[in-house]
Order: sequence, then C-alpha cells, then structure tokens
Amino acid sequence: MQETTANQVAGNATSSFTEHLQRDRPDLLPYNRAMPTAAAAAPLQVPHATTIVAMSYGGGVLMAGDRRATMGNVIASRHIEKVFPADRYSVLGIAGTAGIAIDLTRLFQVELEHYEKIEGTLLSLDGKANRLGAMIRGNLPMALQGLAVVPLFAGFDTIAGVGRLFSYDVTGGRYEEREHHTVGSGSVFARGALKKLWRPNLAEAEAVAVAVESLYDAADDDSATGGPDPVRQLWPVVYTVNRDGARRIPESELAAVAGRIIEARSAERREA
Amino acid sequence: MTQQFYVSPEQLMKDRADFARKGIARGRSVVVISCQDGIALVAENPSPSLHKIGEIYDKIAFAAVGKYNEFESLRQAGVRYADVRGYSYDREDVTARGLASVYAQSLGAVFTAEQKPFEVELAVAEVGPTPELDHLYRLTFDGSIADEHGFIVMGGQAERVSAVIAEGWRPSLRFAGAVRLATSGLSSGPDQAADQGEAGGTLPAKAVEVAVLDRQSETSRGFRRAFRRLNDVDITALLAEED
Repeated sequence: MQETTANQVAGNATSSFTEHLQRDRPDLLPYNRAMPTAAAAAPLQVPHATTIVAMSYGGGVLMAGDRRATMGNVIASRHIEKVFPADRYSVLGIAGTAGIAIDLTRLFQVELEHYEKIEGTLLSLDGKANRLGAMIRGNLPMALQGLAVVPLFAGFDTIAGVGRLFSYDVTGGRYEEREHHTVGSGSVFARGALKKLWRPNLAEAEAVAVAVESLYDAADDDSATGGPDPVRQLWPVVYTVNRDGARRIPESELAAVAGRIIEARSAERREA
Repeated sequence: MTQQFYVSPEQLMKDRADFARKGIARGRSVVVISCQDGIALVAENPSPSLHKIGEIYDKIAFAAVGKYNEFESLRQAGVRYADVRGYSYDREDVTARGLASVYAQSLGAVFTAEQKPFEVELAVAEVGPTPELDHLYRLTFDGSIADEHGFIVMGGQAERVSAVIAEGWRPSLRFAGAVRLATSGLSSGPDQAADQGEAGGTLPAKAVEVAVLDRQSETSRGFRRAFRRLNDVDITALLAEED
C-alpha cells in the first residue's frame, strides 16, 4: 500500500534525538551493537562505576557520587565523575559499566537539549524520566551479557514545584522514589546510613553533609566505593537541583564537609 | 502524450529565481547584528510562538525569512546535523561554516532538482570570543552563500532596512543599541511609517522577536549555550536602557 505524503511527513517528524539516530545513524548508539556470544561465558573486565546516593531536601533534590571506578579487584580510576547535569533542571547518576554509562549520559543530555531546541520548550520531568527508561531498556541485550547500566535520576518539577527522584532497573523499569535512594555496589551501606541521617526538610548544607557521610559509610564497608581522599584532595561529586536549576557544590565546600566528618570520626575513636 | 516545449536552461533558472524572489519579498524583514556583547537577531514577527529565529547549537543561531514550513524544516535539519556532529565528534567541532555549507548544498539541490525552489533566505550566525571572530553567513534560495561582516538584513524591504542599519552600525554597540538600531531599521518601511504616523516610530515589543547570542555566556550565566530568547518584558527593558 502506498503511503500518502502527509503520513510520511508525520511519520518522519520526531523531536527525539535517539529516534533520529536509530533511523539514520544506528552505529552511533551506545547500545544496538551485536556482541559475540562467547562474551557471555567470560564477563569482560571493564571499569565499573559504583555508589550513587540521592535524596530530597527542603526545596529540591540532591545527588552525590563517589569518585572510584573498579575493574575486578583493581581501582580503575580515582577521578571518575558519575553524577552529571542532564539539563538545567535535572541530574543523573550512573552505576554499572562505566564506558556505556558515560555514553548513555551523553546521549541523554543531547536528547533533552535536542527536544528543547526542536520544540522550543523543555520536556516535562516525567517525559525525561520515561526517555531515560527507554534508553536503559535499549541497553538490555548488553545488560544480559554483564554490561548493565543502572541510573538514578533526579529533577525539579517546575510545574508541581517539587524535587522528584526516579530509580530504574536494567529492563528500563522506572520507579519514583520518596525521601532518598541509592544505587551501586555500596548502596546497601549508604542506604543504611541515610536511614539514620536523613530527615524531612533538611537545609541544603545539611543535605550535602548527609550525602557525604553516607558515601563515607559506603566506602567504609564496600571496597569498590571511594571515600573522601584528603591526600589527593578528591571529594565526592555533589549536585543540588532546586527552583533555580542544577548547581554543582564547589570543591572547597565539600573539602570542609568531608574534613568535619573525618575529624568527628577520628575523635570518636570507634572501630565500626 | 503531448510533446513538452523546449525551455532554455537560462530561462528556467531565471523563472525559478524570480518565483523565489517574489515569495521572499512578500515577507517581513529580519536583521542580524554583530556587536560588542555578542550577536543580536531581530525579526519583525507578531507571533509569539511561530519563530523565525532559532537556536542551533552552543554558539550558533539561525534566522530566516520566507515560507514558514520551508525554513522550519531547514531549521530542524540544522539542529539534527549539529547534534549528530557534536555527539559523534565533540561539541567544539560544530561550526557555523560547516552548517552553512550543508544548508547551501541542500538549498542548491532543491533549487535545481525540485518542482519549485524554497522561498527562503537564511542567516547562520556564530558568536566568537571577540567581535572579529564572529561569523555571519547569508544563504539565498539558490544555494549561494555569502560571508558577511557586521550585519545581515534579509526579507521584503531588505535594501531600505539595510541602508538604515549601515548608517548606525558600529562594532562597539551594546545589545541595547543593536536592538534599537534593528527595530528602527525594521520600522523604516513604508507600511510601518503609515501605521504609526510620521517619522516611522519604533515597533512595539509585541511586534518583534528578539534573541541574542551572548559572547560571554559561560562567565555571565554559567551556560555553554549562548542563545537566549528575550520576552516582551526583556525587550521593553532593553529598549529603554541607555547605551
């Protein structure tokens, strides 16, 4: 059956960068790659990104990630950044296979900007969360071969005027979280810490301290999570998102926060 | 089957060019001015949602006159081209020159191969770290491309508007001065003068669409994306500002 021109035009009209790539340049997508089946037998040794924590606070949401990537028992990177601004009002953190995760992040950032430029308006927060879920689902074949990516997404809903958190599973399932959430290898320990440290309506500075301390606890018990490193002056990456948009907490502020936590812990002289 | 009449290539091209020129001359004008603060893009456009000016990439903007459906499809194609290029290489590798040459090729192809040429004229502007490094390209319906210096005027009363802009343009203009110059140029046409009494007056903020490419967007706003659309309140405030 012959398609009418109008149908063709409507069918070709897309505001999605991913759809455009799928149609015109599928080779550029981070997933969509045929993998040799032998890879499934012996998982690849590739860098893995680890713990991300996110929480709501009075006026917005916050996301923080440690700076370590591991490859088996080796530290692959001490400097890796795993929390990124997705656009002006949202951030995402990634745990899992670092290479694919970083490419997915880049694709997601372009996806949001592309929509904004084509349509002249920002995508709704739910729309952004759904797009990210679709991308994670696209990566499912790779995830089945051991190259999974699990993001955490946080943004400010400008219409409702609240910060919101979303977690995902490897099949792209999207779940809205309340209060706080963690992903990655150290997530269990970070979550335990958050349960004791977090309370409703934290001030921004308090929330930053809670995030850094929960990552400290995760690093304490999980070898794949890096704690604050005063020797190399490395601190977690922390972003806050509120009505004014996403903001990266400056290094100097984080150094002070981490310094206070290390000091308090040393003063207590406790073992665990 | 009827035999087609022979039409010489010269005549064919001339007819097509005349057709496109007529279409463009019906539209309202657009002015793109490079100045000290960046690049100001000003269009006479009463619609608040159907834009003639758009963002393409970090430092690159697009302005057009002519048929909306035709330049809108070109704008979207430009955004796709820039985003694919920036995603597959790096954000720095997206340049106005590359984009303008793609536009020139598509306009050229449509002009010779399609049933009817595009009735559009485009401007591609890229803001640089200094005014000397700004790039302004003008593209016409047949795919010709021109590298302009200082400012571009396109559309119906291009010549008249251009004369006004040429008189007032200095590289040291700020945004306020550039937008004021552009609006006074746009309101110099005969229809506008008739609408608003003698001396032409200036266009009200509602009747113009203004966007700027900030030269120092990283330091002033913390964004890599230099494009900023001004709303009616911003425009009124900017026009009231002293130089």
